[in-house]
Amino acid sequence: MIKKILITDENIDFLLKIEELSDQIITRCDQCGVCSGSCPLVSEMDITPSQMMRMVQLGQKEIMDSKTMWICASCYTCTVRCPRGLDPSKVAESLRQLRLRQGLDHINIKNIPKDEIEILPQIALVSAMRKFTS
Amino acid sequence: MKILYYPGCTLKTSAKNFEESAIASAKTMDIELIELTRWNCCGTVFSLTSDDLIHHVAPIRNLIRVQEMNKQGLVKGEFRLVTLCAMCYNTLKRSNLRVKENPEDLEKINNLMYLEEDYEVKVEVIHFLKLLEDMGFEKVNEKVKNPLKNLKIAPYYGCMLLRPKEVGIDDPEDPTIQEELLEKLGAEVINNPFKKVCCGSYQTVQDKNIVVDLSYSILTRAQKEGAEAITTSCPLCAFNLDNRQKEVKEKYPHFKEIPVFYFTQLMSIAFGLDKKYCRFDLNYIDPEPLIKSKGLL
Amino acid sequence: MEKSNENIKIGVYICHCGGNISEIVDVKEVASFAEKQPNVVLVRDYGHMCSEIGQQLVIDDIKGNKLDAVVIAACSPHFQGKTFMNILEVAGLSPYMFEMANIREQCAWPHFNTPSDATQKAKYLTYIAIAKARLNKPLKKKIIPVGKNVLVIGAGIAGIQASLDLGDAGFQVYLVEKEPSIGGHMAQLSRTFPTEDCAACILSPKMADVSSNPNINLFIYSEIKNIEGYLGNFKVEIEKKPRYVNVDKCIACGICEEKCPIKNVPDKFEEELKTRPAIYTPFDFAVPNKNLIDPETCLRLTKGGKVCGLCEKFCPEGAIDFNDQPEKVGFNVDTIIVATGFDIFDATQKKVYGYGKYENVITALEMERMIVHAAEGNPIRDLGTRIGFIQCVGSRDEQVGREYCSRICCMYATKLAQLLKRSDPNRDIYIFYTDLRAYGKGFEEYYKRAQDTGVKFIRGRVAEAIEDSKTKKVTLKGEDTLTRQIIESEFDTVVLSVGLGLSETSNKITDMLKLAKSPDGFLQEAHPKFRPVDTLVDGVFLAGTVQGPKDIPDTVAQASAATARAIRLMNQGGYSKDPILAFVHEELCDGCQLCIKHCPTNAIKISSGVAKVNEVMCLGCGSCIASCPRDALDLHCYTNEQLLAQIESALKEKQDGQIRILVFADDVTSYRLADNVGTAKMPYSTDSIIIRVPSSSRITPKLILQAFSLGADAILISESEEKSSPFPHSIKVIGDNVTKVKDILTQIGVDKERVQFIQFVTVMLWGFVNNINNLADFARKLGPIPIQKRTELVENVNKRLFGG
Repeated sequence: MIKKILITDENIDFLLKIEELSDQIITRCDQCGVCSGSCPLVSEMDITPSQMMRMVQLGQKEIMDSKTMWICASCYTCTVRCPRGLDPSKVAESLRQLRLRQGLDHINIKNIPKDEIEILPQIALVSAMRKFTS
Repeated sequence: MKILYYPGCTLKTSAKNFEESAIASAKTMDIELIELTRWNCCGTVFSLTSDDLIHHVAPIRNLIRVQEMNKQGLVKGEFRLVTLCAMCYNTLKRSNLRVKENPEDLEKINNLMYLEEDYEVKVEVIHFLKLLEDMGFEKVNEKVKNPLKNLKIAPYYGCMLLRPKEVGIDDPEDPTIQEELLEKLGAEVINNPFKKVCCGSYQTVQDKNIVVDLSYSILTRAQKEGAEAITTSCPLCAFNLDNRQKEVKEKYPHFKEIPVFYFTQLMSIAFGLDKKYCRFDLNYIDPEPLIKSKGLL
Repeated sequence: MEKSNENIKIGVYICHCGGNISEIVDVKEVASFAEKQPNVVLVRDYGHMCSEIGQQLVIDDIKGNKLDAVVIAACSPHFQGKTFMNILEVAGLSPYMFEMANIREQCAWPHFNTPSDATQKAKYLTYIAIAKARLNKPLKKKIIPVGKNVLVIGAGIAGIQASLDLGDAGFQVYLVEKEPSIGGHMAQLSRTFPTEDCAACILSPKMADVSSNPNINLFIYSEIKNIEGYLGNFKVEIEKKPRYVNVDKCIACGICEEKCPIKNVPDKFEEELKTRPAIYTPFDFAVPNKNLIDPETCLRLTKGGKVCGLCEKFCPEGAIDFNDQPEKVGFNVDTIIVATGFDIFDATQKKVYGYGKYENVITALEMERMIVHAAEGNPIRDLGTRIGFIQCVGSRDEQVGREYCSRICCMYATKLAQLLKRSDPNRDIYIFYTDLRAYGKGFEEYYKRAQDTGVKFIRGRVAEAIEDSKTKKVTLKGEDTLTRQIIESEFDTVVLSVGLGLSETSNKITDMLKLAKSPDGFLQEAHPKFRPVDTLVDGVFLAGTVQGPKDIPDTVAQASAATARAIRLMNQGGYSKDPILAFVHEELCDGCQLCIKHCPTNAIKISSGVAKVNEVMCLGCGSCIASCPRDALDLHCYTNEQLLAQIESALKEKQDGQIRILVFADDVTSYRLADNVGTAKMPYSTDSIIIRVPSSSRITPKLILQAFSLGADAILISESEEKSSPFPHSIKVIGDNVTKVKDILTQIGVDKERVQFIQFVTVMLWGFVNNINNLADFARKLGPIPIQKRTELVENVNKRLFGG
């Protein structure tokens, strides 16, 4: 169903919070799409990275329901290509942190199968825990 | 030369093949990699939010050790810290840069670690490849006894060595540092346009399908260009590209397996060192048949 | 006071301004106060000084009483100042013997609700004007002789247009071009948007006109070696590069090209898509259409001896001359037009698109050449059916350090796409854009036509290009941001819409002429709105893409504009300048050279051991004056002596318990702002006296300290904002001056907030009122500076300011 939105400043706090956490002037994003085109994991995402930037610009908290920032692998390809000098990886991290800091972990180590835990190197487990738990 | 070396956790366990081949090849080049005393896990990933300081404590603590070792006379005037693991490289270097650019944050971190001496932002974090490049790859060439002739290798970089630009060891769009090294080892270098595409990183824990698809595209593209083997410089990339070939084969039955080396393993072979240093037992896809077929073992 | 001024006879006129002044200010009281002043021989008050009768009064008085100077206390000098200066000229006096006391906009009007204070202030303002007039000198407007010779640097379409306009208008043009033919980049284009006229067709007649215009002296294949001097007196040195072919004999028959054994030199005109021999003509419609030999590839010229020489052997006219040498030529010109154009962005810097590595990735300029040759029936290569255009390559991109938009790429891509589509409708053409900028005349309609023709537009900047190493086709990856889908598609040919940058050769000219660059790297115009083709160097103008990216119509318009601006200076044999110019008291100057770097136009030079100001180059801002430790630098019409006299007068009869705020107001902005405040009848403290200066950088730290020592309670230095100022450099100078004063005040124990520096715009009415009122309140609370400290302020001033 096509959504109709009202454009107001009602949710500006959300934008300001993400801008503060990510230290990015998110309003500078002009939606060129280079980040989305560069993202190696975009096909797994439900919304594209540039769409994520747009929703944050409009203060749309519904972005928190998206899985995009959880698919992000922090590869920084978007970072080195953004023509406006922005860093979407920091925005993704800020969105993750917003959820994680409420104590709502994205993964639970108990749910990882035992045979996987046995073969996964520390580097994988530590980084996953750092990115997906509080 | 003696230089301080930070291994990172994984190089002491599942990536011992990386460490041992590196130490051995370095020794051949008269580089003594002196392990950092009392090092701790760097945290793997660099924390990206502006307000987080606690996750920079672990990396900075390692840099303080460099200062300590100098004070203790274990090294003299050596403030460079070499890493092999690309992820450790990226995290340590970025944390170092973070405190360099934000003295107030440095002060807070120093105050938190009040039992440690203050970090004075003297350390330079460098990657082993850059160390070799600065010395000159011709010096590598001088030590080659067993050139890797006819071995078609596509170097793989992943993310952490190249991005973001302020810490990258080479151009993020068109890196050539591994190619130059491999050429000096006598190998036939294949360009894989996907050499800088992310392997999927930590998604391998929860969402390994992502990694399976990425590995498949990266590896098959290399094969399409004619590669027989891949090199890497990161235990996580190695896991995703090597160990996960099991899942790749399950999903894409026509997929042909391809060995994944740490570049230091290739250095070791090229220098004619005993294969025990390569610890091929820790590679998932056995690389020995390929190397033997080229008459290199 | 100089002897010559001791007996100066001043006439003072107080205007009623039809009640505007006289209803508030007691003009009779002001008149009788003026009568008492030394050197005032005549005082009148009258209803309308600017009326014919009023003016005649003054003329008759000047002639009858042999007045030397005139003071009129009336409206703002911005209102009737010129009228009154004219009267003096009519009456035979120098117009610079005139002073005006602004007792309307800056007295009667704002102080309408305190008439007695207004009257007192009016007396002061008149008193101050008399003090200045006493020291006025009978200056004349400075006439700068300017002849009719113009140097035009660069013979692309901008240089060509300017040269033709100037040549037709009867001026002597020296047109210097570094390439072996005129025409520039326009000659390389296929068709031009939005009309699709053939570039070569419309350019050729203009090129032919250049060579046939008797007033244009064309120096082809020549480089500028040095330019020195100033408006009306530029000395130019050029070097003509050797062609090794005598142009008078060469008939461009082409036999030498056939015989030349070196055939594979990459042809720069063809963007290296084709090759040419070592002896060649620049292109088929080149002007001059003569051959030349490339000294880097010619066998004879590189190896010497008797090697090869086939061209010489077979030339039917004997035109080959291997002994040709560079030739130095020097000439003088009066004005200069810089039209050195652009270079396209070096696309190899954008590694992510693979230019230089992938054979099927080309630039738009290469595509222009391909289309030209395809239209002739000689295609350079098969472009295939699927063609993708990548927009914003080297523009709007912080990753390559080019933040700006190159303005023409959206349109030229639309054009190239349409040409390609129409020549082969089977082609599938896509333009990947970020924004579609179709802003000009006919542009939107042209874009619509492109859409009708079937060119597809995808809104999404291409993230990367990857080549299939076997087929060599290129896959482009990007997001269609309008539907939020990822596009990954293969193309036979990829065209990079490269942006424009300042041409490499412009840098040398920029350094020679000391021109400024804008933040985007192009040359900076003197004022972005009102002087778009001038530079801050008088007599030097800009035309074309050297000033910023633009299309051909805008380039031609600018070239004609630069012509008009140059003619404005040259047409009357000279142009006149107000004598508000810096000068040096040579007897005080010791040649220390501290002043030299403080002049933004490099107008100060050392000559015979002392500093001399070049009056042609001097802007009259006064920024240099504060740099002189010996008070040797000064400014005509606003001399140190005059300013001191005005300051003294402003403070002389200050009673106990009264305070005085001095406001130094720059003429362009702050003084106008004060007038606007008065016109709006907004009251402010009557304890303020406004003193007009060309730029507040004229007010040296020493003058400020002297003002405090003479009794000023607070001083406001006001100036234009930097971005709206005719003297943008002055802001820093004023900042430095005020900082020095604040330091000294603090050292002596005087509150440093007594001196303020504020930047205004002419509409900041409330800002002006509030600042003055706040400063007055502040000064009142602090009370006057104790006498002892006042004396200390001017002790050892030079030591405090300059050290040592």
